[in-house]
Amino acid sequence: MNTNLPAERSREVEADPIANPGLPAHTWRPTDVDPHAERRAERQVALLFGLSAICTLGFLVSYFALSIGEGGDTFLNLGASTVALGLFMSGAFLFMGIGIIQWARKLMSDQEITEERHGAASPQEDRDATLEALSAGLEESGIGRRRLVRNSLLGAVALIALPPIVLLRDLGPLPGDALTRTIWTRGMRIARDVLGTPIRPSDMEIGDLINAEPEAIFEVDDNGEHVIEGAELQIAKSKSAVVVVRMEPDEIIPGPGRENWSVSGIVAYSKICTHVGCPISLYERTTHHLLCPCHQSTFDLADAGKVIFGPAARPLPQLPITVDDEGYLVARSDFTEPVGPSFWERDSE
Amino acid sequence: MSIDTGRFVRSNRTEAATAKKPSRVGGVAIWADERLGLGTAMKKNLRKVFPDHWSFMLGEIALWSFVVLLLTGIFLSLWFQPSMAEVTYEGSYDPLRGIQMSQAYASTLHISFEIRGGLLMRQMHHWSAMLFIAAMFVHLMRVFLTGAFRKPRELNWVIGGVLLLLGILEGFAGYSLPDDLLSGTGLRIADGIVKATPVLGSYMSFFMFGGEFPGEVIIPRLYIAHVLLIPGLILALITAHMLLLVYHKHTQWPGPGRTEKNVVGFPMLPVYMAKAGGFFFMVFGITALMGGLLAINPVWKYGPYDPSKVTAGSQPDWYMGIAEGLMRITPGWETHIFGTTWSWNVMIPAQILPMVLLMVVLSWPFIEQWVTGDKREHHLLQRPRNAPTRTAFLAAMITAYGLLWAAGGNDIIAVMFDLNLNYITYFMRVAIFVIPTIAFFVARKWCISLQRSDQE
Repeated sequence: MNTNLPAERSREVEADPIANPGLPAHTWRPTDVDPHAERRAERQVALLFGLSAICTLGFLVSYFALSIGEGGDTFLNLGASTVALGLFMSGAFLFMGIGIIQWARKLMSDQEITEERHGAASPQEDRDATLEALSAGLEESGIGRRRLVRNSLLGAVALIALPPIVLLRDLGPLPGDALTRTIWTRGMRIARDVLGTPIRPSDMEIGDLINAEPEAIFEVDDNGEHVIEGAELQIAKSKSAVVVVRMEPDEIIPGPGRENWSVSGIVAYSKICTHVGCPISLYERTTHHLLCPCHQSTFDLADAGKVIFGPAARPLPQLPITVDDEGYLVARSDFTEPVGPSFWERDSE
Repeated sequence: MSIDTGRFVRSNRTEAATAKKPSRVGGVAIWADERLGLGTAMKKNLRKVFPDHWSFMLGEIALWSFVVLLLTGIFLSLWFQPSMAEVTYEGSYDPLRGIQMSQAYASTLHISFEIRGGLLMRQMHHWSAMLFIAAMFVHLMRVFLTGAFRKPRELNWVIGGVLLLLGILEGFAGYSLPDDLLSGTGLRIADGIVKATPVLGSYMSFFMFGGEFPGEVIIPRLYIAHVLLIPGLILALITAHMLLLVYHKHTQWPGPGRTEKNVVGFPMLPVYMAKAGGFFFMVFGITALMGGLLAINPVWKYGPYDPSKVTAGSQPDWYMGIAEGLMRITPGWETHIFGTTWSWNVMIPAQILPMVLLMVVLSWPFIEQWVTGDKREHHLLQRPRNAPTRTAFLAAMITAYGLLWAAGGNDIIAVMFDLNLNYITYFMRVAIFVIPTIAFFVARKWCISLQRSDQE
């Protein structure tokens, strides 16, 4: 079986002083020499194929027998249909696969054969001929000689790359100042994010946290239809969500110019993390820390939303709040800086 | 071997049987050859030799799980509706009935609860995606450790690296489609990463989402990438990968009779075809078993996407774990110059380092050739210990990978082992430099001492 060429052998002598002994002799398997073993292997393989067929039938039966959806059959709290279909499909394929492999291992030839390798490169004469054809072709095209033709073509080709890029222009509108504002306006009430009801300072105990949205999110017109809906609603929510917390008023260290942004210990901060924009939701009432569940940036709501841990670089934007005539919490204005993740043209002083 | 085997042996021919009269199969082959002229190509390839070793099976797992992905994916596409239009859910899953959601999410629930076998197919699709990427990773490590990427196979290594990248992108696009709370959070993080790009960030984000995040076009756009563009590229590159494999012939382990000049193993027809074909059925069967018994991505528990909510302990699919870990341990660095913001805390872990890693992987064969000056062809595999620096490099990379993975789950580790989350993160910031370096030197030393003991 040794196919080493004599020439190669002599070359390899230096590197490998031990001569290549060639492939070890082939040994016969029991199934090659013992008809009983051969018969037994045949039966094994056929049995595996039979089991596969039984599983396929089981698959078909359970497809029609087991119901899903409302009031569907369950098995160990799992959907019985999914479990049965999965088990039977798995059996059908696994037994088939094991059967085929068993057939290959026990009954097909286990005689290893040898093939010569060739280098990856083409034979020298082919390469020469190709190079010659290439240069003949290039020569005949005149691409090297006719500079005017070549360069004007190159220029035109470079230019033709522009339309496909320009065509993508309408993928979306330009950002404009969209990232710098939200739907919060002066005097807009702060509403609980599920019920949409406004909040009075007296509704909140010290240590309470309310997830809130601007009231406009829940506004309905005369027909009871939501004013903001669909994509517009999702966009509005993605920027205007706030957390409102109440702490002892003397625990608050207001930022410069933010002395009147709180109402008797109640402060409101953007819920959108300044790292990559996850909504932040984990609050520790004793430390006033708000933790982002995505990358664990932690902000101190008693200290102007400062980052005290994690990958975020900027404090959470604070929503200036006050109470209106009816005693409900309202925004004094929109956020005074863009909420959410940083972007390049964001002016952060 | 004193047994006279001549009487029994039917299946162990040492030379090709010469057909007297064309058999029925032969008749078909002749019909085809008269029209397609396949005889010349098939002459060599029908009995093409493939060497046998368990580690050569890893790439096959990737190939077959891709086939499972195509099959289950076609099934899912018959019902899935890639639309963000709002509907009120009226299906059979009680807790969500009457709730507003996108059609994408509603149709995912429909597949899971009202289509028989739908949940099985969804779970098989997700599990085989995990398996596809895991198998590519392990296959890459096998090729790396044994030096199978060396000349003339450098380009096939590059194709493999690109396939791994495409697989990860395909996986991310796929698990973003159901538009549930978890996948929406993933997209939001992607949006934050895109926005951090200098100069163009907010424009790229607006062009991606058709306006502000989340908009109403990202799901249909991801869908066409997920079912056509990326799978088309993957399929084309797999074809190139396999053609090059056939052209170069498979590498083999050295041994008596196995040299740089030959390839020893079993012929494609019938043994290799049967083993590889049977293995496809096994991969399919195991995926079906996982899909039937192991719940994955139960999107009905997360609820529809709402940009003001998040699930605690949000975790991406496993192959995103290192990006997640990098993002968690990078300190909050940001630079402000001339009214612009440079978010190093996002750019470094999510844009720069993944690019650097990809470039190192793709260019490794060329770097190694340049360092060692070894420009010869290699068809015999190396034992990892015989290339200590390379092996040690991989050991360091695996260590770093494991650390980042742990850092990506720092909240879960903190809860499970009752540790302080902040200390885990501080530890990781140092460990990511120190421990892989230690791993490099330990692995290198270990390889060299294994070589010594081989020589004794």
